[in-house]
Amino acid sequence: MIRDIRSAADLAPAYDLVVVGAGPAGLSAAIEASTHGLAVLLADENEAPGGQIYRSVERASDADLARMGPDYAAGRMLIGRFRRADLSYARRATVWNVGPADEETGDGAHALEVGISLGGIARPIAAHRVILATGALERPLPFPGWTMPGVMAAGAAQILMKSSGLVPSGRTILAGTGPLLYLLASQLLRAGVSVTAVVDTTPVGNWRLALPHLLSFATSPYALKGLRLLFEVHRRTRVIRGVTALEAVGSGKFGALRVHRGIKSMHIEGDLLLLHQGIAPNLNLTLAAGCDYGWDERLAAFRPAVDGRGASSVAGVSIAGDAAGIVGAVASAHQGELAGLTAARDLNRLDQGAYERRRNQLAQKLARALKGRTFIENRFRPGKSFRVPGDDGTIVCRCEEITAGKLREVAALGVPGPNQMKAFTRCGMGPCQGRLCGLTAVELLAQCRGVAPGEVGYYRLRPPIKPVTLYELAALPHTEAAIVAVAGFVERAADGAQDAKHGSQQ
Amino acid sequence: MFRRLSDGKARSVSFTFDGVPTMAREGDSVAAALLAAGHCSTRRTAVSGAARGPYCLMGVCFECLVKIDGRPNRQACMTTVVEGMRVETQDGAAMPGQEE
Repeated sequence: MIRDIRSAADLAPAYDLVVVGAGPAGLSAAIEASTHGLAVLLADENEAPGGQIYRSVERASDADLARMGPDYAAGRMLIGRFRRADLSYARRATVWNVGPADEETGDGAHALEVGISLGGIARPIAAHRVILATGALERPLPFPGWTMPGVMAAGAAQILMKSSGLVPSGRTILAGTGPLLYLLASQLLRAGVSVTAVVDTTPVGNWRLALPHLLSFATSPYALKGLRLLFEVHRRTRVIRGVTALEAVGSGKFGALRVHRGIKSMHIEGDLLLLHQGIAPNLNLTLAAGCDYGWDERLAAFRPAVDGRGASSVAGVSIAGDAAGIVGAVASAHQGELAGLTAARDLNRLDQGAYERRRNQLAQKLARALKGRTFIENRFRPGKSFRVPGDDGTIVCRCEEITAGKLREVAALGVPGPNQMKAFTRCGMGPCQGRLCGLTAVELLAQCRGVAPGEVGYYRLRPPIKPVTLYELAALPHTEAAIVAVAGFVERAADGAQDAKHGSQQ
Repeated sequence: MFRRLSDGKARSVSFTFDGVPTMAREGDSVAAALLAAGHCSTRRTAVSGAARGPYCLMGVCFECLVKIDGRPNRQACMTTVVEGMRVETQDGAAMPGQEE
């Protein structure tokens, strides 16, 4: 049975392995490592295990499961195995730092330190190994009006359906590209939602790139599922293609979508607009941990560099699942299992022969699960004009309200990368820490400079990767030297105990 | 803007939004509860004062920042509604000093 960690005080000072994220990769990694006897802590931000894909699946009714489909229901088995595993689980916990152990405050035995905040109290946790399974983010789809209330990410509608049984009550428009757009359309239609239109922005030229991979796709489990989805959505709602630009209009809230198709345009009235153009690895924790990364042109996104077992460039830190490159739920679980197994091997909990046998089995399963993905990636690769807004008035950075025009102005000054652009404009400096503008800002700058995004690089991300209160940081244990460096003195009580240090450990 | 699928059996929870008594379903996030009650606009931005509302619902975009029980800058999508919770629209850059 898992041990539920309800407050920071229940956390052990150290674990063999800390896994971040309770989606398919994180759950599988934690289960696997725990079966080999590792002391495992799985920390996750959400209310319940499952990640985005299996969100709230434990609470789902039969009707919910029927509506969301078998790929969702499959999460129940994995979560069931997790519940029976011998490990510690901290839900509603924010991991805001992963790095080498502090030379002074560390215990000397564990190489890594993980900053966790739980119930308003922050704690540094020591670990031998860390597996980051932080999943993916929806790629931004910036165009004029995309920030107004009534415009939401497609994933948000799925989350509302899964966790609260909520579906849009008015006229709903879906816009963008990718398999999830059609999956959501079919789920909404099955729930009786009035889907006015699916506005498909997939570039027509994608077929040329995707065709060479058609055979592999056609013989994968994705093919039948995909065709069924497309057929169902086309039969039940209007699908608009050949889209060249989008614009959301309304007074105070979303009222209509203007769809441009070359020189023609159409006006579709609606109450809710849901956007999606694929997902990209969630980089914030992996980059803040110092992992090397690079640009993946087919994915049109950055992803961390990992070897065949998921090991990153930082010793002891592995990355599994969509966080290392978009692979889907089934492959994510295999990658997680492999990372968990490798952690057990690294800490001498199983012999090399047994490790290699399992590793080879997992490699075969992984290859099967990845079949067909190259076709999907090419077929639904979002078009450049939807990744980099041509309209100068479009907001790129939602937090600081920085427009594409402002960024072009600054790019023209010759800024070498997004960090300088951030310093000039505040683009990426808001509370989301670049999660919603990063890809757009980088590609826009690369376009202005006429270089590849990989050459421009991503934001320099630093911990804490999520807001932590000063109170929490101040209450972390500090060495006497650190206190003296800041305060100039250490208060000592009459019995010689350090007041400051004592206070910090409460 | 959103409606409940009828198959939910969860108990209801009451909270206030800008002082107005509002019902949620047990287990709802604050953001889900606000959307269910018809509020798609839940803050005004610090820069231009533009209206914004929940966008990603997975803790990434920080668009759903609200004041909860007097504390500003709370992510409505990452907070579960509890009985008697006091939720308010966040107007511009709410400063931590405004905590009550």
